[in-house]
Amino acid sequence: MSEDVYIVGAGIHPFGRTPGLTGLQQGVHAVRQALERAGLAWPDIRFAFGGSDSAGNADTMVAELGLTGLPFVNVANGCATGGSAMFGAYSTIKSGEFDIGVAVGFDKHPRGAFSPLPADWGLPDWYGETGLMLTTQFFAMKIQRYMALHGITPRTLGAVAEKAFANGVLADHAWRREAVDIETILTSQMVSDPLTKFMFCSPAEGAVALVLASGRKARQLGLPAVRLRAVAVRTRPPGSFEVFSPALDIERGGSPTTVASRAAYDMAGVGPEDIDIAQLQDTECGAEIMHMAENGFCADGEQTAWIAEGRTRIGGALPVNTDGGCLACGEPIGASGLRQVYENYIQLTGQAGARQVPGRARLGYSHVYGAPGVSAVAIVER
Amino acid sequence: MPKMPAPPIADDLLAEVDGGLRLLASRERATGRITFPPRAGDDDRFEPAMLPAEGRLWSWTVQRFRPKSPPYAGPEAFEPYAVGYVELDGALIVESRLAGANFDALRIGMAMRLVPLPFPLAGGGVRTSFAFAPIGEAQP
Repeated sequence: MSEDVYIVGAGIHPFGRTPGLTGLQQGVHAVRQALERAGLAWPDIRFAFGGSDSAGNADTMVAELGLTGLPFVNVANGCATGGSAMFGAYSTIKSGEFDIGVAVGFDKHPRGAFSPLPADWGLPDWYGETGLMLTTQFFAMKIQRYMALHGITPRTLGAVAEKAFANGVLADHAWRREAVDIETILTSQMVSDPLTKFMFCSPAEGAVALVLASGRKARQLGLPAVRLRAVAVRTRPPGSFEVFSPALDIERGGSPTTVASRAAYDMAGVGPEDIDIAQLQDTECGAEIMHMAENGFCADGEQTAWIAEGRTRIGGALPVNTDGGCLACGEPIGASGLRQVYENYIQLTGQAGARQVPGRARLGYSHVYGAPGVSAVAIVER
Repeated sequence: MPKMPAPPIADDLLAEVDGGLRLLASRERATGRITFPPRAGDDDRFEPAMLPAEGRLWSWTVQRFRPKSPPYAGPEAFEPYAVGYVELDGALIVESRLAGANFDALRIGMAMRLVPLPFPLAGGGVRTSFAFAPIGEAQP
């Protein structure tokens, strides 16, 4: 019989830019805060999973945290690094191997768009040389087609960004903490049509740590806790549309998100209609809109009405990205997926302060997506 | 019909057939599935193929800032350019620069044809790359 798994503590280093600290140091900060808030000490921790995309090896943190001899597994899984670290920690406890551990993700990226090299992605040099190898183009072309097929307008894109910045004002770990009105968003510099500057998130810095424990251990500790009902990491199925694709098959298929989402609902034995709060990958506004449908919350095209009616705002029927998401927090790749789970933990345990969703939210859903076609979904229950 | 104005930007990418430009691809022998770019090296599971030169615009955007170098090899002076995916019946949906149309005139579903794209290099010289341009309607 497998063990139930709970999140019993969480810590964060504020997202944004912190010139004085390395990514690793921000990771250490997040672990220490998670332990302190839970009244635990590093020697209480039996194992750890952690990683970053471009800020170093997580296991070197033991030099700062203490040489307790624990197993510390480094995770390097691109945009799913945080999600995969949590999957590792979740599976370890579920199997009964250990009863308490940490999942930590951190990162620190230089300013501006990422600049990948074709050879690292198995692509010929001409693809990068001629200016086709930009993540921003992919996001723009995916939403451009989606808008044409499903009648989504730029105003709906703008409303998503406006909500993100409004929520970021209320989140003390967010990077962008000033509201931006929709006209400013719509008329700001066009980056990659139809997406303007304020509709894209930026690479950033930050760190998140979660303390996971078995059901028995969680009851012993008596801490505010949420149960991990599902953690699913999935790679792309045939016919998905991914970043850095010189060509696509004519026969279109699903996405890694649809696959991970279904797996998570099956694992948890719940459906999208049961979810009270959701954190969805919002690399840009269009991603949040498309991911609402890919995760099963609405049909393609229904987003226009949902967003116009404020259903995804704090206080709406399904609050989405209650801390401003990637748009307000920026995207430190290794930390981003864990920030979403952190936010659900904070919300479900009633610690979200000014951005607390009203009522008693029971089920929280988080979804991270990234290159080259990987999604991780977690469902937590109060 | 268009001819390659300069050496191609890469080997095994472009071919001139009956005075027109075509993109090279590979066909998996067992399944008939087409892949682009063509598979490099000797692999008996694949045979050479060519993509149709005409199709319909599947999606598009405009690159409004100069991409970072590397990998971008274009000149320092930057002009925004359109990028899209073009659906080629019976083959693939291929990603490409778009040419010969005002950005405002781009519409999903519009008919397009492959054309050579002179591509100036930052280090001097010009290479032939490829683009798709609208067919038929006179572009303003």
